[in-house]
Amino acid sequence: MTHRHSALLSGVGNTRVGALPEASCLGLHAQATQGALADAGLSLRDVDGVICAYSFVEPYPMLSSVFCEYMGIQPAVTFSLQLGGATGATMIMQAAALVEAGYARHVLCVTADNRLSGMSRDGAVAALAGFGHPEFEVPYGLSIPAAYALVAQRYLHETGATVEQLAAIAVQHRAHAALHPDAHQRTPITLDEVMHSRTIASPLRLLDCCLISDGGAAVIVSAADTAADLRAPRVRLLGAGQGHTHEHLIAAPSLTDFGCKQAAARAFARAGVKTTDIDVAEIYDSFTITLLVELESIGFFQRGEAGPAAARGELGLNGRLPCNTHGGLLSFGHSGAAGGMFHVVEAVRQLRGECGARQVRDAELAFVHGDGGVLSAHCSLVLVRA
Amino acid sequence: MMPLPHPNADSRAYWEGTALGELRYQRCSDCGHAQFPPRAVCLRCAGALQWARSAGQGSIHSYTVVARAPSAAFKSAVPYVLVLVDMDEGFRLLLTLRDPQTAPTIGQRVRVVFESTEDPAICLPQAVQDGD
Ligand SMILES: [Zn+2]
Repeated sequence: MTHRHSALLSGVGNTRVGALPEASCLGLHAQATQGALADAGLSLRDVDGVICAYSFVEPYPMLSSVFCEYMGIQPAVTFSLQLGGATGATMIMQAAALVEAGYARHVLCVTADNRLSGMSRDGAVAALAGFGHPEFEVPYGLSIPAAYALVAQRYLHETGATVEQLAAIAVQHRAHAALHPDAHQRTPITLDEVMHSRTIASPLRLLDCCLISDGGAAVIVSAADTAADLRAPRVRLLGAGQGHTHEHLIAAPSLTDFGCKQAAARAFARAGVKTTDIDVAEIYDSFTITLLVELESIGFFQRGEAGPAAARGELGLNGRLPCNTHGGLLSFGHSGAAGGMFHVVEAVRQLRGECGARQVRDAELAFVHGDGGVLSAHCSLVLVRA
Repeated sequence: MMPLPHPNADSRAYWEGTALGELRYQRCSDCGHAQFPPRAVCLRCAGALQWARSAGQGSIHSYTVVARAPSAAFKSAVPYVLVLVDMDEGFRLLLTLRDPQTAPTIGQRVRVVFESTEDPAICLPQAVQDGD
């Protein structure tokens, strides 16, 4: 790749995450935006590009236009994009393309949803079931957890990994969330509690599944030549890439290798770095199995080695690959497309050394990965302390 | 109300087949590729497709016992077993494993049966363990 990225991740913000019945979906967007603007040292009138995602609670067909109206801004460019859990990382990739091509100077990437308070739990689960194929999956009662359970069962069969290793991932994430003041679930859990939590779809139990939360996150991506205007212009995009193999589980070419392999390979090639160079990784964890298969499919671990590594604590803050240092979707929270954006926000804070008790020492290079659907749509980012 | 399929131009022949007790899949008349779900063109060569009849036999690629229903329609059905089945002709289906006599295992042989639904035009293929 000859193109070298120059875009800066100039500001990040997140709302509190959990049950936030006092805020609307658009209100959460506004809160996250204000946080990111303050962090960047910018004001709303500096923003000339806006990228939004989607909301289940307020399902506007043109959310970014609705958001701009809500905020009273008239950007030079705006659009919404929808790639499930890959949306957050993809927003950054697209924002970087816009500022590097000169179409905008400061692109606000903002996403929020209030799935916990804004819709019933059954409503949220039913809305997610809409990801299934309407003719060949939905009539069979394939829930999102069931789709991931099918991946998990096959993965355990092929690798000899154990449910205890899956549980170790949940325990590690909770320990990280305990160190983040904004996390949805901060009470420590044990392997035993995970392995005896209610079965959702075997082999996945309740504590193998991500949370459903209210919350929002925003990241501002700025052109390199705006650095002098920024409060903390210290994180740069080094590489980005996507990988796409299917949408529906029945069409997945493999249940153990996914588009994360291509997405990460493209991002690493563009960045000119390799997995062993990464200091901290924020990788989508909709379920414990999601992280496990992605760690191996991407190449951070050999096949069958991520589970034992998780059980040994190698995904912890002092481990071989500190992973999801904010607690991930499993414990920090999951509010729609914002879920994947929390990973981006955390990576930026780690690279700036702002994470206090959960800081990974000397973090210079971060990897972020989001996936949407059933491990269907993937986007990877490599970020560097500039 | 169970969520039932609404056949379209791509899938109509499949659902017409299941209503007759036939499991159909698309096979490319140019390159022989077997594909599912049905589409307008062959994925491998963009060639013309024909409908072929499956013998209805396959092996479990993966399975899960669903304990939490995805919607109210499935609340009375839990727990149920979902299986991804690699059909012998080379395509993959998601089916419910009906009345398992033994715990499902990966690689286990299953065959397809047809179940009527609330919609008289729609029969859903399902799986039973072979030998039932
Ligand atoms: Zn063909």
